Amino acid sequence: MITTATTDGPTIRRTETIPGLRRSLRAHEMIVNMGPQHPSTHGVLRLELIVDGEIVVDVIPHIGYLHRCFEKHCEHMTNYQQVVPYADRMDYVAAMSNEFGYVVAAERLLGIKVSDKVEFTRVIMAELSRIASHLIALGTYGMDIGAFTPFLFCMRDREHILDIFETTCGARLLYNYMWIGGLSHDPPASFKDKVRDFCRYFKPKINELNELLSYNKIFIERTAGVGVLPPEVAVNYAVSGPTLRGSGVQWDLRRNDPYSVYDRLQFDIPVGKGIKGRVGDCWDRYMVRVEEMAQSVRIMEQAVEMMPSEGDVQSAIPKRIRPAAGEVYARTETPKGELGYYIVSDGTASPFRVKVKAPSFVNLSALPAMSRGAMISDVVAILGSIDIVLGEVDR
Amino acid sequence: MTTYFRDIWEGIVTVLIGMKVTWRHLFTPAVTIQYPDVRLKLPERARNRLYVNMDDCIGCDQCSMACPVDCITIQTIKSTPDVDLGMTSFNTKKRLYVAQFDIDIAKCCYCGLCVPPCPTECIVMTEVYEFSEYERRNLLYNFATMKPAEITEAKDKLAVYEKEQAAKKAAAAAAKAAQAAAPAPAPNVVKDSPSNAGSSGDAPTTGNAPVTEPKA
Amino acid sequence: MKEFLISLLQNQILVYTVMAFVPLAFVVPFALFAVWWERKISAHMQDRLGPMRTGGWHGWSQTIADIGKLIQKEDIIPAASDHFLFKLAPYIVFTGSYAAYAAIPFSAAYVGSSINIGLFYVIAISSLVVVGLLMAGWASNNKWSLFGALRSAAQIVSYEIPAALALLAVVMVAGTFDLQEINRLQGGWFWHWYAFSNPLLFLAMVIYFVSSLAEVNRTPFDIPEAESELVAGYHTEYGGMRFALLFLSEYANMFAVSAIASTLFFGGWNSPFGNALTGPWWGLIWFVAKGMTFIFIQMWLRWTLPRLRVDQLMYVAWKVLIPFAFVIIFGVGIWTLVVR
Repeated sequence: MITTATTDGPTIRRTETIPGLRRSLRAHEMIVNMGPQHPSTHGVLRLELIVDGEIVVDVIPHIGYLHRCFEKHCEHMTNYQQVVPYADRMDYVAAMSNEFGYVVAAERLLGIKVSDKVEFTRVIMAELSRIASHLIALGTYGMDIGAFTPFLFCMRDREHILDIFETTCGARLLYNYMWIGGLSHDPPASFKDKVRDFCRYFKPKINELNELLSYNKIFIERTAGVGVLPPEVAVNYAVSGPTLRGSGVQWDLRRNDPYSVYDRLQFDIPVGKGIKGRVGDCWDRYMVRVEEMAQSVRIMEQAVEMMPSEGDVQSAIPKRIRPAAGEVYARTETPKGELGYYIVSDGTASPFRVKVKAPSFVNLSALPAMSRGAMISDVVAILGSIDIVLGEVDR
Repeated sequence: MTTYFRDIWEGIVTVLIGMKVTWRHLFTPAVTIQYPDVRLKLPERARNRLYVNMDDCIGCDQCSMACPVDCITIQTIKSTPDVDLGMTSFNTKKRLYVAQFDIDIAKCCYCGLCVPPCPTECIVMTEVYEFSEYERRNLLYNFATMKPAEITEAKDKLAVYEKEQAAKKAAAAAAKAAQAAAPAPAPNVVKDSPSNAGSSGDAPTTGNAPVTEPKA
Repeated sequence: MKEFLISLLQNQILVYTVMAFVPLAFVVPFALFAVWWERKISAHMQDRLGPMRTGGWHGWSQTIADIGKLIQKEDIIPAASDHFLFKLAPYIVFTGSYAAYAAIPFSAAYVGSSINIGLFYVIAISSLVVVGLLMAGWASNNKWSLFGALRSAAQIVSYEIPAALALLAVVMVAGTFDLQEINRLQGGWFWHWYAFSNPLLFLAMVIYFVSSLAEVNRTPFDIPEAESELVAGYHTEYGGMRFALLFLSEYANMFAVSAIASTLFFGGWNSPFGNALTGPWWGLIWFVAKGMTFIFIQMWLRWTLPRLRVDQLMYVAWKVLIPFAFVIIFGVGIWTLVVR
């Protein structure tokens, strides 16, 4: 039985029993900090590891180093549109997805319906954002495992996506593009061609990434069978996104609770099947992301064809946003998982409360369950496979 | 036993495949742009440093209210009717002196929310991205062009004008009150000249006439 | 070389001191070059450019600038560290790497010390590096450094065995430990080299190369300095010139093991074209070229492969390389009896 941790002073604890560890090897445990500054904690996250030699007995994540009072800020915004730049900055690698979640929630609260052109553009932006986020996830994951080259290949591919974003709305990373009721800029004339070019460019790059990293025996050895998250445990922890689908659970909000125009698009939901190890291991989660990128390309190809070229993207933007008192909870599928916005309105122009259910926050809570009994190198691998962004965890 | 040999074989083969990929990339041209010798051309919608064309600014404060981080500070002074501040490029008359138009570009989050509300499109996001400074106070941009002497002059003028307006109002109110309180007018009172209006010096100033303070 | 110096200086001790510094004249410029080369190779493999500005043409003097920067840094020693061991560790690591150069023949005319157990000496002295690494990790008084040092010790000690066994196969064929003699025995065209004379010896070469990667802590065996896990492993707390010395010894070690591989398996300073392009200076050129080829392959592997976890690393050593090395020794023994 492992006693609960106290974090004032170096407490030395004894393990009574731990599965797989022989009693005769009972040793004093060491507390090691994978501190807030660490090359592979994906941001400022402090992981307090209680280790017995190389075997991790417990992991206690300490968060809050990147807390920027997003939800409190929202209460003081003069109107609902001003929340969008702040929402961008939560999951800063996939900013469009955050905006998408917020505008879906706000439009549901206000009862606004937007045109097809806006919807399809939003879907394309969200899918580009998904690919961008997964590229970072896979690249940094490779780097955590020790392969430095795939990271740069992923960054090179991501530049193309950021170029598309820059021609459309002027910014590369934090866009303020999706506004309540529409978009901030009409997509330029070159938009559709650029998206098609990107889809054509990107498909062989996925194969290259698979050759270099995914099917590499050393990579498989490091990730297959490591950090297994059984499906029931995943569901109990409310894990979502590729972390959940890696455990074999077929649940994607774009299919199970469709929003925007996802119900008109054809795509598959990749799930982990335990091909290389066990279902729900790190390799499964990684592979789910790789295959999701391919599916996003498929979605974008369809959306580009179905998107009307004519239309005003700003026609439905209300002049003054003053919703009736009420509340709404809307959830969208971001690259990290289920992002939920719970907006409470008190009838004034500024939101009364905006609560964000961040997927990385919830996924991170499953980390101790996955890493007990693993080695220190495995903790790095498991953390990378959950793909957290501290901006979202701390908000 | 077979898994043992198969693992070794797979290990060797996948290592060689990976090496083939990196070998190929050794000969592909680099995608790096050697900044600052070579600079990429930014797209026309690029959102970088803000610029305000003060000739067009009417001091409406819309950009300041739209800013989510409150990085724009505007102070205006009402102009008196005898002053002609000029026209904006949209052919609207400017009525306010803009005494202070500060943008703290260090606070700015480059969201672009200030640009659409501007009625004269005078605040724009340019493509300038190389504007680092050695001193942080140099990142507070002062766009207003009024000198301190001009500002005090305008404020004083406004104070004087408002005092006059207040006095006139008070006189008019007093005259009205006097007229209402007076007995029924004589039948042959000549109602020709509106002599009870406009005379600033004669009307008694009441102590509680509201004098609006100039927006300084 | 030695005779020339003796005739010049007349004093044996002075002569030996000078000769001890001769490989340094190769190792230091080589390390400067190798760091630059690694940065360029890694950059081009990653579709980047690498150093471009320092010194003009493709940043050739980048490493020199880096050394200049490291020299003038403040010497920071953690207060709670073991000062004596902390300061001593880089010197021991460097000694272990550098002392191997004494017995490596750079050319037909030059070998630092022509002892007849050259190979045995080289293998023995390069294991001094483990002591230095352990010292560095322990003395830093940093849990992460300690992890790195312990892993490194386990790794290097384990991989000594398949390395030595693979080299033993060559000794069985050559009949001598003397490196200069082994070189002479591989004279002629490149098919006389030991790597190509026998598929078992080729396999021995592969085993030796993989083990040598582990000896020098290169990916996929760089768990002791696993940059993304342990920040920098055993040399986390080192800065300035101490770090430069550790870095230099890593590259010196890299070349030393490459040199051993090329000497034993690829003919050392022998020309691949038989009697064409031979001679003492040509020998040096061939020797350096072969060493550089191995260094290139080491760098190529580093930028391609992820790293193995420490228990997988041990698995590869004990359960893959050592059994195969034993089979090779057995096979080569039979082959020498039957064929030769």
